[in-house]
Amino acid sequence: MSDSAAPLTTADGVPLKVSLRRAVRRSKFKALLLVSPLLLFLGIAFVIPIFEMLSRSVANPEVSTSLPRTVAALENWDRQALPDEPVFEALVEDLREGQAARNLGLLASRLNYERSGMRSAINRTARGLGSMEPPYREAMLDAHARWGELDTWKLIERESSPYTMTYYLSALDRHLTPDGEITMAPDNQQIHVSLFWRTFWMSGLITLMTLLLGYPIAFLLANLPLRHSNLLMILVLLPFWTSLLVRTTTWIAILQSQGVLNDMMVFLGVIADEARWQMIHNKIGTVVAMTHILLPFMILPLYSVMKTIPPSYMRAARSLGGRPFLCFRRVYFPLTIPGIAAGGILVFILSIGYYITPALVGGQSGRFITNYIAYHMQTSLNWGLAAAIASILLFVVVVFYLVFNRLVGVDKVKLG
Amino acid sequence: MTDTLEAQSATPAGAGQAGVDDAFARFTNVQKSYDGVELVVKDFNLDIRKGEFVTLLGPSGSGKTTCLMMMAGFETPTHGEILLKGEPISGLPPHKRGIGMVFQNYALFPHMTVAENLAFPLEVRHLSKAQIKEKVARALAMVRLEEFGDRRPAQLSGGQQQRVALARALVFEPELVLMDEPLGALDKNLREEMQYEIKRIHASLGVTMIYVTHDQTEALTMSDRIAVFNDGVVQQLASPDELYERPENAFVAYFIGENNRLLGEVSERLGDDCRVQLDSGDTVIAKPVAVGGVGSRTTLSLRPERVSILRGDAAEQFDNQFTATVQEVIYLGDHLRTRVSVCGNEDFILKTPNAQGFGVMRPGQQIQVGWSSADCRALDA
Repeated sequence: MSDSAAPLTTADGVPLKVSLRRAVRRSKFKALLLVSPLLLFLGIAFVIPIFEMLSRSVANPEVSTSLPRTVAALENWDRQALPDEPVFEALVEDLREGQAARNLGLLASRLNYERSGMRSAINRTARGLGSMEPPYREAMLDAHARWGELDTWKLIERESSPYTMTYYLSALDRHLTPDGEITMAPDNQQIHVSLFWRTFWMSGLITLMTLLLGYPIAFLLANLPLRHSNLLMILVLLPFWTSLLVRTTTWIAILQSQGVLNDMMVFLGVIADEARWQMIHNKIGTVVAMTHILLPFMILPLYSVMKTIPPSYMRAARSLGGRPFLCFRRVYFPLTIPGIAAGGILVFILSIGYYITPALVGGQSGRFITNYIAYHMQTSLNWGLAAAIASILLFVVVVFYLVFNRLVGVDKVKLG
Repeated sequence: MTDTLEAQSATPAGAGQAGVDDAFARFTNVQKSYDGVELVVKDFNLDIRKGEFVTLLGPSGSGKTTCLMMMAGFETPTHGEILLKGEPISGLPPHKRGIGMVFQNYALFPHMTVAENLAFPLEVRHLSKAQIKEKVARALAMVRLEEFGDRRPAQLSGGQQQRVALARALVFEPELVLMDEPLGALDKNLREEMQYEIKRIHASLGVTMIYVTHDQTEALTMSDRIAVFNDGVVQQLASPDELYERPENAFVAYFIGENNRLLGEVSERLGDDCRVQLDSGDTVIAKPVAVGGVGSRTTLSLRPERVSILRGDAAEQFDNQFTATVQEVIYLGDHLRTRVSVCGNEDFILKTPNAQGFGVMRPGQQIQVGWSSADCRALDA
């Protein structure tokens, strides 16, 4: 073709591409106008918070803003011995300024995350600042023993950078030694990694359970006559019309030790009254309730795939001599794999980010990593750590999404 | 054609029918109802000889596909018995019947290659790898798709998919192959090509085929015998030429080929012929086929090509001659379709070859038309 040699033009000589762009510009603009409220909303409520969270997970402003003189004075420090008088003088000035502005609390918490005892060191020193006389080096060493330790000064120097990876490290139960090496936290302080694993394997189990329960229902939905399948579809969608909280607390009523199920089992003589099953506020409670709540998200993508498989495939396989189970395994099942993958990824991603249900029925042992994000947000007020855990979760979800998109294609996720 | 009449008669299996040995497949008094209220198949009797190509032809909803599905084992007869090689097969699940089947939408497994599709029936029969390879290659050669074994069905054209479906239904060498409107999704040229292809394969393999279609041209071209279905009942079972030339009732005459209908009442029996008083007042001599005595209502059936336009030539003499008014002339290349009004029928069609000697007719023109009483069949009303 001679496209490159002589570009096509319209009758009056305008290049065709320019003319086309002009023609569609107006309709493009209109389309953009229609979606702009949603785009604006997404930007404010979704994109900005995510970036805020990501930046908070590495942000480290406390030392550099509260101790600017100390940080400057430490620039030429050799890290071999305690700093000299000018550094102590700078620290005292910084602390005095901080006490006047009443913002030493943030600094104290921040340093205390990395090295216990730092909060009391700062608070006690700050109380004695008024009467402190030069030489400050001796006065400070008297005020609190932490100031006489080399590691304290290494910490202050290290955390003077406006960015830090310590939140991510502690999200993975690791921390930096004073010399900057990554080590595991002591055994009794390791919580997050095991919580991550628990979240992942329990989400996997929940996904498997929804698949086992949902596959036959989706098959019925796709193959029953319309009258019956409509009724079944309403039953599948019914949970969406009920409050999530109601559905979750109903499980408490059913599964608790004085609950419906246990009472029935005792009444039927299956179990003794004093040996009632503990099915709530543990892993069983979380798995049961979450399987129930997430079931529609497995059924609907499966159904949308199964609906497109004509019954003639199975008939053809049967007529060719295959036993029913073999036909299912060789013909029907492989064709539903996109649906299984779509439902699986949906349930798994929803599950690892689920908060309310594990919080209500999970007890101590059935809790997810999301419950710790909430804990760090609301109770320990360590937002940096909460942001780091949440970012790791986001990263895992994105990786799953990319793998899924590569293997199956995200356009396969349909809800009906 | 004696056995066709017998097969159609209401007598149950046994007396008067062809011997059990003759019938490769047989439906006896088969009835089918889905809802317990209506019968989809009312009383189906059919004997099929080994190697025969039988077509079940009828409009949609006439019960022909249901009959095929009952033979394949996907539907169970509500009443009656289906025999294959003399054995009743109602209790046999589909995968044990050994019947090849070609579906309307081909039903090729989309996640398998063409060769894997063909290997499927052989694998479930536990053939050795070498045997499977050889048979698959032979089946692909039969439908002339040797190069396409590694393709997925979605990468093939409709005609190629159709041929793969055919090869898959034949690769395990079944003695009976069922086809459910297999050419319905193809365009006209491809359909004709595939008709010959199926005929060729049928002739070369000698398998018995039962073919379901609603396309009468397809049925006429391919079949040894055709069972015309309507409303759950076989209207006529006969060879293609028999069906076209000698339809036994008004439905068959209307459904097979083009047909001019004249309504009237028998006024007189004349030996082999009868005189029919049409509703328009004209009188026609016709051949009584399915009419009662004098006074009974009848539909006269007349093929367009059997009606001649008379040009005052004394050599042309018919026992039925009328004056007709030309309504419309449609030019169709090799022939002209002329719609005239005659004997009270406004939609009476004539077909005249586009040959020398046939002058151009104009709407409104009066012409003389005539036909032989032998071509004018008096059927049920």
